[in-house]
Amino acid sequence: MTERAELSVEERKAQEAELREVWQTPSGWRYWTSVNNTEIGLWYGSAAFLFMLFAGVLALLVRVQLAVPDNDFLSADTFNQAFTLHGTVMMFLFAVPIFEAVAIFLLPSMLGARELPFPRLSAFGFWSFALGGVFVCGSIFFGAAPNTGWFMYPPLATDKQYSGIGADIWLLGLSFIEVASIAAAVELIVGIMKCRAPGMRINMMPLFAWYLLIVAGMILFAFPPLIAGDILFEMERMFGWPFFDATRGGDPLLWQHLFWIFGHPEVYIIFLPAIALMAMIVPTFAQRPIVGYSWIVLAAVGTGFLSFGLWVHHMFTTGLPQISLAFFSAASEAVAIPTGVQIFVFIATMLAGRVIFSVPMLFGAGGLAIFIIGGLTGVMVALVPFDWQAHDTYFIVAHLHYVLIGGMLFPVVAGVYYYYPLLNARKLSDRLGKIAFWLMFSGFNVAFFPMHLAGLRGMPRRVFTYPADIGWDWFNLISTVGAFIFAAGVAIVVIDVLRPKHREPKGEQNPWNAGTLEWISEPEEKWGVRSIPIIKSRYPIWDQPNIIEDIKAGRFYLPDAKDGARETLVTSVLDAEPIQCLRVGGTSVLSILAAFSLGGVFIALTFHWWIVTTVCAVMTLAAIIAWLWTGTAVIPKEEIRDVGLGKTLPLYTSGPQSVGWWAMFITMAGDGTAYASLMFGYFFYWTIHDDFTAGHAGPGTLWPLAAVGLFTLAWLAMLAARKANEGDRDARTRLWLTLSALLTFAAGCAGLAGPYLTGMDPTAHVYPAIVWVVTLWTVVHGGVGVIMQAYCLARSLAGRMSARHDMDLRNVVLYWHFLVITAITSFGVLGLFPGLR
Amino acid sequence: MFRVGISAEGADPCRRGNAGHIASGDLKGARAIFRRIFPILLVPLTGCSGVQSALAPAGEEAAGIYQLLLVMVVGGVLVWLAVVGLLLHAARRRKVPWTEEQAGRLILFGGVAFPVAVLLALLAYAVWLMPVIRPWFTQQAPQPEMIEVTGEQFWWRIRYPAVDGMPAFETANELRLPVGERVAFSLEAADVIHSFWIPVLGGKMDMIPGRTNTSSLLPTKTGVFRAPCAEFCGTSHALMAFSVIVMEPADYLAWRRAQAAGNGTRGSEGERLFAFHGCAGCHGIRGMTQAASLGPDLTFFGQRQTVGAGTLANTVENVTRFIRNPDAVKPGAKMPAFDMLPAADIAAIADYLVGLK
Repeated sequence: MTERAELSVEERKAQEAELREVWQTPSGWRYWTSVNNTEIGLWYGSAAFLFMLFAGVLALLVRVQLAVPDNDFLSADTFNQAFTLHGTVMMFLFAVPIFEAVAIFLLPSMLGARELPFPRLSAFGFWSFALGGVFVCGSIFFGAAPNTGWFMYPPLATDKQYSGIGADIWLLGLSFIEVASIAAAVELIVGIMKCRAPGMRINMMPLFAWYLLIVAGMILFAFPPLIAGDILFEMERMFGWPFFDATRGGDPLLWQHLFWIFGHPEVYIIFLPAIALMAMIVPTFAQRPIVGYSWIVLAAVGTGFLSFGLWVHHMFTTGLPQISLAFFSAASEAVAIPTGVQIFVFIATMLAGRVIFSVPMLFGAGGLAIFIIGGLTGVMVALVPFDWQAHDTYFIVAHLHYVLIGGMLFPVVAGVYYYYPLLNARKLSDRLGKIAFWLMFSGFNVAFFPMHLAGLRGMPRRVFTYPADIGWDWFNLISTVGAFIFAAGVAIVVIDVLRPKHREPKGEQNPWNAGTLEWISEPEEKWGVRSIPIIKSRYPIWDQPNIIEDIKAGRFYLPDAKDGARETLVTSVLDAEPIQCLRVGGTSVLSILAAFSLGGVFIALTFHWWIVTTVCAVMTLAAIIAWLWTGTAVIPKEEIRDVGLGKTLPLYTSGPQSVGWWAMFITMAGDGTAYASLMFGYFFYWTIHDDFTAGHAGPGTLWPLAAVGLFTLAWLAMLAARKANEGDRDARTRLWLTLSALLTFAAGCAGLAGPYLTGMDPTAHVYPAIVWVVTLWTVVHGGVGVIMQAYCLARSLAGRMSARHDMDLRNVVLYWHFLVITAITSFGVLGLFPGLR
Repeated sequence: MFRVGISAEGADPCRRGNAGHIASGDLKGARAIFRRIFPILLVPLTGCSGVQSALAPAGEEAAGIYQLLLVMVVGGVLVWLAVVGLLLHAARRRKVPWTEEQAGRLILFGGVAFPVAVLLALLAYAVWLMPVIRPWFTQQAPQPEMIEVTGEQFWWRIRYPAVDGMPAFETANELRLPVGERVAFSLEAADVIHSFWIPVLGGKMDMIPGRTNTSSLLPTKTGVFRAPCAEFCGTSHALMAFSVIVMEPADYLAWRRAQAAGNGTRGSEGERLFAFHGCAGCHGIRGMTQAASLGPDLTFFGQRQTVGAGTLANTVENVTRFIRNPDAVKPGAKMPAFDMLPAADIAAIADYLVGLK
């Protein structure tokens, strides 16, 4: 390490003043325009907890109704709304977002960064989530909540008379929230790969970062199939396109496939981050590094991969061939192995250390004891014959709550007790923590253990009432009592978190003597880390002497903010070599505007207010363009920046070096997954029908192939534009961009001409419907491509893009690579495939 | 609101003797052992209310799955005790911590080797069990006679095929089966997804619009059982069940013959009102002139255990309540309310229906 001259006290104070000025949180109403990760993380987490409490109250109502047989506390329809919303809210508005919240809050300091690379995107994600969540939850107060179960199986959920507006609220509200989740996933992946402190090679990352990287990757591939399913679903509900209507060639099972391709990874998306919290807590309380770092990383990666091959175990009773059931049963058993490895890594770490047992460990160990029961019952239901009996009974209700509450809620509460000092510089109460734990632990088991037995005795799920004397009365009464004991425990945690603590003395900065970097952050300072350290160990606070002092004295990178911009370091993906000083977005209302107008689009669609939808869509586009124009790819005044320790780094990079390119790549991977799900639908219909065109005319061969050709030419023109720009020939660049846009327009028209000119009626049969959907998907992507080209043209004309500063163009070309693959696949299949049979 | 389950008379597992035989002899050895051990462990599980319990098997498939369950429960309890015991041990402070090598070995054996071995064995057991308890029907194999069951919101349409010179007939919400004979089912749905599940006889098979699933069951004990719908199907999903009556083959044959013959006319006032008020526009009664089949068939309604597909006990009073306002008894039921009819007429119709034995 190159030593730099020790700064005087005044110089240090000046640096701190600069940093404080740059990173300050606005006051008054503008507080809400903050984009700093600590605020966004806190808001995100608080909102997720509020939604959890709301869904918890719904669960208590459900339990009251079921306490005794033939009860009429809730009407059948209210009950159905309550259990649907309970599941939906817990999954989409608590379990997933809470980890996005924790990650946004913790990751920057854990990685030794000032911020994640796209703070405004985090803010956009939060506001989308909050608005969508309130919209979905609020529906129950109007009796209009979704009432078809959180799995939304058609044809029940496509029956408008039964499901009313509730199903639209589910589909559109949650699609909106999924957008936020994917935004967060992009943010987290890029942040973890590109914003680690110098020296923190990928095999030195804190386990939390590893897990979040895996989970964000899973979100990227798991959520898009659901979004594709949502699109098909809404097309059926709004316009009568028969994707799931068996009378017109559709099939309800396609939804089940798409839903569970999302739904099963979802369980691990929820569970892995909780294990990640445990992987931070256990080494601290064993006071030693984790045993088997590579074991646990491999196990987590393995769990992530396997989780995508299990979805059919939710469909063991749908009549699929036994041979495929056996395959998915084996895969479902296999996932128990990496899960077991992770548990044994914790036990081994405890055995190899000297354990200090405190409240976070109590919740962690209690959660593990519960989770293991859930894991064992999981092994049971993964066996096909047993699932034939247990499926859709209270046995499954018990199993999934043992998994999710033991594997997720208890570790989260452990995390709250563990990380609370980072929020408030004080610990939560040990005494209240222990009371809460024992109430939650005993209440949970009293509530949920009897459900195993009720289920085996034949009690189906999702029943609003049940007859007396067929063997369930006592089990249900006991469950209800247990649920209230459990709720009392949760209430004590809430009281402990909310009770005023300003009279208590502040504690130490690192009260548990942890070894990882997040403990260097100081709650009252918003800059994250005072200076960005060089990392040489997985547990730097334990292994690198004086590191905290050196960071605080500004002896590492970026100790100042002399240009008045929020800055952090970008490093290389594997070895974390510094490659850029990144200027991140600061406080802005644009992300709120974009989130609220996009929310307006989804909400207006729910009520079929087409004009409002259009207005909101235009506003969304305007807000996003304004956001991009003012906040991204800004050409800096100087090209390089002295980041300290004798190092200078560029302020502008493009292509694979830049975070923007990675974000585009990752976003398009998710987008490609949604597209692949639609194509899966196309071939799914082909497999279930002898002749899936059912005699309907196809789009022909000519027009689709013309579209393939034109899209390819447009893509080539984009490559030419990039080449021209590299040669600094502005006029040619603009010409190629314009030509490409015109070609794309022609390509889109050719694509639409096929099904339009042959008179394909999407409401007549599923074949024309799926052809139209694939066509529209591709053409809309072409339209987005044209907007991007126009944006590049405008940037070029405004002098904001040049040969050296070509980030916009390179990102758009990257988009075009994905677009041309999509277009060739779509129109190639639509034009040629029906003829190849 | 007052509702009842199906009377458990004759179906009480506590009063029944040892389980009927299982067709496959392979299962017998293991079963003998478990019969001895498990009554002790499972007393709180089984109890005496077995009309709808997977823990009181009365059919081959349910018995096979029950044994798998017993194996897994024992194994699961042992694994849980071992891991949680180890966890508690690990949480204690010790003078000499394990070395990293020892700890690594624990991960290898506890986290990998042991689970791999156990899971492989379990998987082999389950994959072997699948075709044993649920034989595959292939296109080539001779199709056994299939009873067609259709799930409708919120009741069950049941069609027995023509066999041995007896014509086919339709009934609803009550399935009768012969003991000791394998019966195949063809399962369909009329509106939304439902699931066919008789817990005492075996596992579920979904009924999906646009598809026809098949399943088969082999009852091993006589008795009266209950079968709920197992896939959420709308407002009154909770109130959609049918009764299953497993009979001696001779009794079954006699019942079937009587069903196929239909029910004679009573010439009663209730019968006249049934036709006059339009009930016969939806409900068929074989022997009457019209043969509508929009709603449940009512030919031998008086023989059935319940009214409203498992919702209320089949008494004149309950049938009256149901006719007056089905939605109040069973929210979301498709049958309209007939509370505009004179009370005396409804009572006469109810009386007539309950008399259809």
